[in-house]
Amino acid sequence: MSTNLALDARKARFASRKRVNLLAIALAMSAMAFGLFWLFWILFETVRLGIDGLTFATLTQMTPPPNEEGGLANAIYGSLVMVTLATCLGAPIGIMAGIYLAEFDSKGWLAETTRFVNDILLSAPSIVIGLFVYAVVVSSFRSFSGFAGVVALALIVIPVVIRTTEDMLRLVPSGLREAAYALGAPKWKVIGSITMKAARSGVITGILLAVARIAGETAPLLFTALSNQFWTSSLSEPMASLPVTIFKFAMSPYENWQKLAWAGVFLITLAVLGLNIVARVLTRQKT
Amino acid sequence: MLNTDTSIARTKIAIKDLNFYYGKFKALKDINLDIPEGRVTAFIGPSGCGKSTLLRVLNRMFELYPEQRAEGQILLDGEDLLKSKDDVALLRAKVGMVFQKPTPFPMSIYDNVAFGVKLFENLSSNDMEERVEWALRKSALWTEVKDKLQQSGSSLSGGQQQRLCIARGIAIKPEVLLLDEPCSALDPISTAKVEELIVELKADYTVVIVTHNMQQAARCSDYTAYMYLGDLIEFGDTKQMFFKPQRKETEDYITGRFG
Repeated sequence: MSTNLALDARKARFASRKRVNLLAIALAMSAMAFGLFWLFWILFETVRLGIDGLTFATLTQMTPPPNEEGGLANAIYGSLVMVTLATCLGAPIGIMAGIYLAEFDSKGWLAETTRFVNDILLSAPSIVIGLFVYAVVVSSFRSFSGFAGVVALALIVIPVVIRTTEDMLRLVPSGLREAAYALGAPKWKVIGSITMKAARSGVITGILLAVARIAGETAPLLFTALSNQFWTSSLSEPMASLPVTIFKFAMSPYENWQKLAWAGVFLITLAVLGLNIVARVLTRQKT
Repeated sequence: MLNTDTSIARTKIAIKDLNFYYGKFKALKDINLDIPEGRVTAFIGPSGCGKSTLLRVLNRMFELYPEQRAEGQILLDGEDLLKSKDDVALLRAKVGMVFQKPTPFPMSIYDNVAFGVKLFENLSSNDMEERVEWALRKSALWTEVKDKLQQSGSSLSGGQQQRLCIARGIAIKPEVLLLDEPCSALDPISTAKVEELIVELKADYTVVIVTHNMQQAARCSDYTAYMYLGDLIEFGDTKQMFFKPQRKETEDYITGRFG
């Protein structure tokens, strides 16, 4: 009799637990559906309107005046140049600093301070960085320039790469380091041939994610590279970029500009998607 | 202090009044021990007794961690290695080490073995190939990997990885080989292979092995040191230690009355 009672109580408790479980699943699923709904809507609109505006001329012709034929060639070129240079400038600095934090001085006051400042930089609004570069570079050269844009983007790359490099190096088991030291390897050799090699795919992923981030940044370029309606390969002149051109064109009342803006949005989305997929594939190979 | 039977073999490493600290914690207390040349010496004792710590002092591995400190003398062929002014890399080329967990480097099998050699010698590619083959044969791995030397070291099984690490250690031709529980992550078959290897290695090297496995110490060592809570309790001929230990504590540990 008493065992039956206990069994019933258990069953009742289990049933209520099942109900709570169902409720939790339902809530989680609807939250996910809500998020995905907007995401897919954005992607859908981007593709629908972007493909519409995308023609061969988009890739080959310069940005046009209102209501004339044209493309985004100078903006695409400007974005490529500035993003590439900013990565080449920022990634090595970030990697070196990350190595310092993970391998040389992980507990000292200098490391703690660097990490703290880096975290602030990491979450600093990009418009702050844009204004900073405006004050430091643009106003001292008395001109907007592609170079200033490169500096602003590099300042966004550095903290991202520092953080990922340090994290990835920390994931390398200390046994691997000890084994290399036990063979009599000097520190630079251990870092260069063993730990960086073991962390390589993770570090590259970090760089790719930083590239994806700056490829779409508008705010830091608004006050630095500004924009340029014409083709320029000089870094000392204002330089067009996809995000700023999109910003300018999308806000305009002209239909051909709006179409080009959508084409630009589509191109950026495609590029960022591609970079993310490459990054994902690289990290998967590691495990 | 305790040893009387090691006089037959020449002393390779003489540990004198060694004290070791992790920060404020004293992990080794006045250790005195002569490790004979061309023999296998085993350190046994319960977890935390300091046997791995003692091993890591012998190649100054502890110096990677600033809060660890050793006091006393360790004479390698009569020279105090703790006070040596030579680069620690040269010491580690002489005193090699293999760890508990296999640690293949993220590179090919061939490069794993060649890595240490390249640090100290400038060999032609022919000589290097010979050296790699020699080390892999010596560690009883050659027949298993000779057709896939360019594959990644981590593609091997656990036991093969551990033998690869041993090959990597002996490729630079050290004089002493320190083994820190080299079989604890291995299955019995791999363990048997590594044990055979240890016995073979003593022809050319002085081997020091830390082990949790008393049968292993009995099977493959010539001398055994029993440690407890940072003290060296007893040191002597392995057979004598296992059949007729002089100290009550040693007997209790060996017979399993104390765990």
